[in-house]
Amino acid sequence: MLDQLPAIIIAVPLIAAAVCALIRNETVCWLIALVVAFASFVGSATMLGQVQKYGEDISYKLGGWAPPVGIEYKVDLLAGYVLVLVSLIATAVLIYGRQSVKLEIKKNLHGWYYTMYLLCMCGLLGIVITGDAFNAFVFMEISSLSMYTLIALGKDRRAVAAAYQYLVMGTIGATMYIIGVGLLFTITGTLNMADLAMRLVPLLDTPAAIAGMAFIIVGLSLKIALFPLHLWLPNAYAFAPSAVTSFLAATATKVSIYLLMRYLYTVFGFGFSIERTPIPEVIMVLSLLAIFAGSFTALFQENIKRMLAYSSVAQIGYITLGIALANATGLTGSLVHIFNHAVMKGALFMLVGGIAMQVGTVRLSDMAGAGKAMPLTMFGFVLGGFSMIGVPGTVGFVSKWYLAMGALENGWWWIVALLMLSSLLVLVYMGRVIEVAFFRERPVDAIPLKEAPKSMIVTAWVFLLACVYLGFDTSFTVGVAEQAVNVLLGGAQ
Amino acid sequence: MTDLSLFIVAAMLIPAVGAGLIASSGSRPNVREAYTLVTAALLFGVVFLLVPSVLQGARPATEGFDLLPGLSIQFVIEPLGMIFAMIASTLWIVNSIYSIGYMRENKENKQTIFYTCFAIAIASTMGIAFAGNLFTLFLFYEALTLSTYPLVTHKGNDDAKAGGRMYLGILLSTSVLFLLPAVIATYFIAGTGDFTVGGIIPEGESPYLIAALSILFIYGIGKAAVMPVHRWLPAAMVAPTPVSALLHAVAVVKAGVFSVVKVIVYVFGLDLFSGDATSWVVYAAGFTVLVASIIALGQDNLKRRLAYSTVSQLSYVVLAAAMATPLAIIGAAMHITAHAFGKITLFFAAGSIYTAAHKTEISQLNGIGKRMPFTMAAFTIGALSMIGVPPTAGFLGKWYILSAAMELKDWFVLFVIFVSTLLNTGYFVPIIYRAFFKAENVPPAHEHGEAPWPVVLALSLTALGTLALFIFPEVPLALAKALVGQIL
Repeated sequence: MLDQLPAIIIAVPLIAAAVCALIRNETVCWLIALVVAFASFVGSATMLGQVQKYGEDISYKLGGWAPPVGIEYKVDLLAGYVLVLVSLIATAVLIYGRQSVKLEIKKNLHGWYYTMYLLCMCGLLGIVITGDAFNAFVFMEISSLSMYTLIALGKDRRAVAAAYQYLVMGTIGATMYIIGVGLLFTITGTLNMADLAMRLVPLLDTPAAIAGMAFIIVGLSLKIALFPLHLWLPNAYAFAPSAVTSFLAATATKVSIYLLMRYLYTVFGFGFSIERTPIPEVIMVLSLLAIFAGSFTALFQENIKRMLAYSSVAQIGYITLGIALANATGLTGSLVHIFNHAVMKGALFMLVGGIAMQVGTVRLSDMAGAGKAMPLTMFGFVLGGFSMIGVPGTVGFVSKWYLAMGALENGWWWIVALLMLSSLLVLVYMGRVIEVAFFRERPVDAIPLKEAPKSMIVTAWVFLLACVYLGFDTSFTVGVAEQAVNVLLGGAQ
Repeated sequence: MTDLSLFIVAAMLIPAVGAGLIASSGSRPNVREAYTLVTAALLFGVVFLLVPSVLQGARPATEGFDLLPGLSIQFVIEPLGMIFAMIASTLWIVNSIYSIGYMRENKENKQTIFYTCFAIAIASTMGIAFAGNLFTLFLFYEALTLSTYPLVTHKGNDDAKAGGRMYLGILLSTSVLFLLPAVIATYFIAGTGDFTVGGIIPEGESPYLIAALSILFIYGIGKAAVMPVHRWLPAAMVAPTPVSALLHAVAVVKAGVFSVVKVIVYVFGLDLFSGDATSWVVYAAGFTVLVASIIALGQDNLKRRLAYSTVSQLSYVVLAAAMATPLAIIGAAMHITAHAFGKITLFFAAGSIYTAAHKTEISQLNGIGKRMPFTMAAFTIGALSMIGVPPTAGFLGKWYILSAAMELKDWFVLFVIFVSTLLNTGYFVPIIYRAFFKAENVPPAHEHGEAPWPVVLALSLTALGTLALFIFPEVPLALAKALVGQIL
């Protein structure tokens, strides 16, 4: 049983999705999805535990075919870490989102929602677990197609346009990725990532390898929403149903960053992609642009979901900045921030979902007086804001500490200055919301507000408390991230 | 030693638990205020039980809690922190008595939030006082900023909102833009942030780096209000008077200058800080002392005049610490103590006048000394302490700072102290003169005498404290000497 786990956590959601599509009853589908997601979480945590305990990667040969011919599923520390993240968020969003899904999605579509949700989770887990370049593409398509559907389920009619926009951009990204994989396949004759890495060593300077690499990186950057390829993200986040936004923001871009790291460090290798190409410089410039352009745009948003979406563009910049620092400390910061950002942004989007439900809109001006009427939601917003700013004692501080230390190791004082400056922008855009909610009186003729349903508040607060807890006890995030960095950079430095 | 480390934890837990109890007693004002007083008394007891062993040279410490490798939360008590904790815990009791009188008489709303945030702010202050390393100091420094924000915006009107925005904006942005990079850089350069006698910055670092680091620290610690980062302090005066009194005259600003002294003594070390790279600090502080006094001269609003006087007095401490000689550091520590007692008395008096007579401007104060003799007598003692006239506590601090300047033959510092003393006299004596020697030109809108008795009691106590510190300065002086005794 235990050694079949890698296949099980992919196969079970896939089958469960089909079952949901047949049953279509809201309660049953929700229960199935919850049980499956939670089981995936337990499975992922078990595998991560095993890898940590025995110090040895889990390799699973699909259908018994040995790699490089057959497809290999591989769980190392990094993969285990991201698997835990994805399945954890998937479970939490299911608990959180039932009420808001009922409210925001048409009744006859509830069954489809859970079908697509399971498919999307399956795809995301698959991208992480597979050790095969083409198989990763397949999972990428599974997760993306289901994600487009999920976004299009949004109540606002603009959701359809947003989903379409995402579909076009996402397809371009996936196509570029597969062209890159194709180029690598023509020169190496293999699709297994580990095998690719080995066979590419003598071929790295060939035009085909470099072109393949360029296609893959640009394609993945589209999926990551790395500035300036982020244009699909704000609309997708803003118009998707609240639960979908929480799930999407916390997982989809993170998984693509994971895949990018796999290519940079495992397939092409640190010695080539980081040391011999201008990739770090390019990523550095784009990350800084993402951080500042994203935060600046967030300052002027009236729709708070869009504001948080632009903030995500900026936060993705922090994660990629760690890659660009090209040292172990910076990369640790990156990996830690993948987890930290998922937790804090997930929580914030959950709170916004509650606001959308009670206030009826997510416009800033309609939130006047929400501080008094929805104290748990708004104090949660304050706490999440602290974490985004990077106040010590929250997870945001831990990530920024590592990024700043990584920059100092390279002697880049100015990066530290820019990091701090960007925190101030976060302070301003989060502060706007807090001021409106706490200091502006609710208009007399507005509908009276009350707190969002308990299931939403409780899940969001679990995440918020995790923001604080993981801000003090960093043994899980930093511990695993440091080990994973050793794996990624192993032998390269 | 273990029982002493328990006391340290207790000093932070007592106000924190108190805050919880206060918050839970919302609708029962008597219970709420009883909790406040009991918590304050307990804290006072715990802090003073620590004094004897610190005087004997013990440095009680808690186990470090490792956040990240090399980055830990730890508390260590050294003499300067002891002084700060004594000031804050003593004045919290007096201030609580005062608050009860003031808040009830002025029928302020949201009093439960007020008392809760106050207790949290005190817990943060204890964290700052006992911080054993830079990171811990930074953590509680930010906690103090955030927990006092609801107090500054207590009134909830547009003025309060604008004041609060200025307050949070300046304090948070300076700490994030300058202090945090300074902390990170220190950890990076020194490999540690533990406060160590003699400093932790390794020898041989370039003077440019030292100068840059000192700029980041001095302006990053916005609570010390060295110009131009002083604007938050007058802005914070929109808060109710007890907040201005304890937080903006004692805990918050003292946390600022305390951090400056602490950084100079334990991070840079006196040897390094007396070098050329950091000599600019003396001039920046001297400039603030003079300019803030001149601005104070022109303020008619009593609380604003006191606020600018605070800005000026804080830079005395920075000025003293920047001279970086043992005598000057003793002066800085004594001035922290003296200013705390003197300034809280002045703010209490201002609040007392507001409560009884509803007056806020100095030009309205003619003849008020006859109606409110206790208040104005206390005000006079506080003002004399600001000027530095014996027999008040202010004389001691100034004496040590002057001696240090003489020893260094630093004519700039001597000039600053001389001129600022004249200016202090210039903006305090006219108030006293008006109150006692001018007749009321307009009869007050309503007949009034003194403010409610808790208010009068509180301001009398702090005024007596200002006198007592002059006569019995042994304990703070011994601690201040212990602070430099190890450096010598």
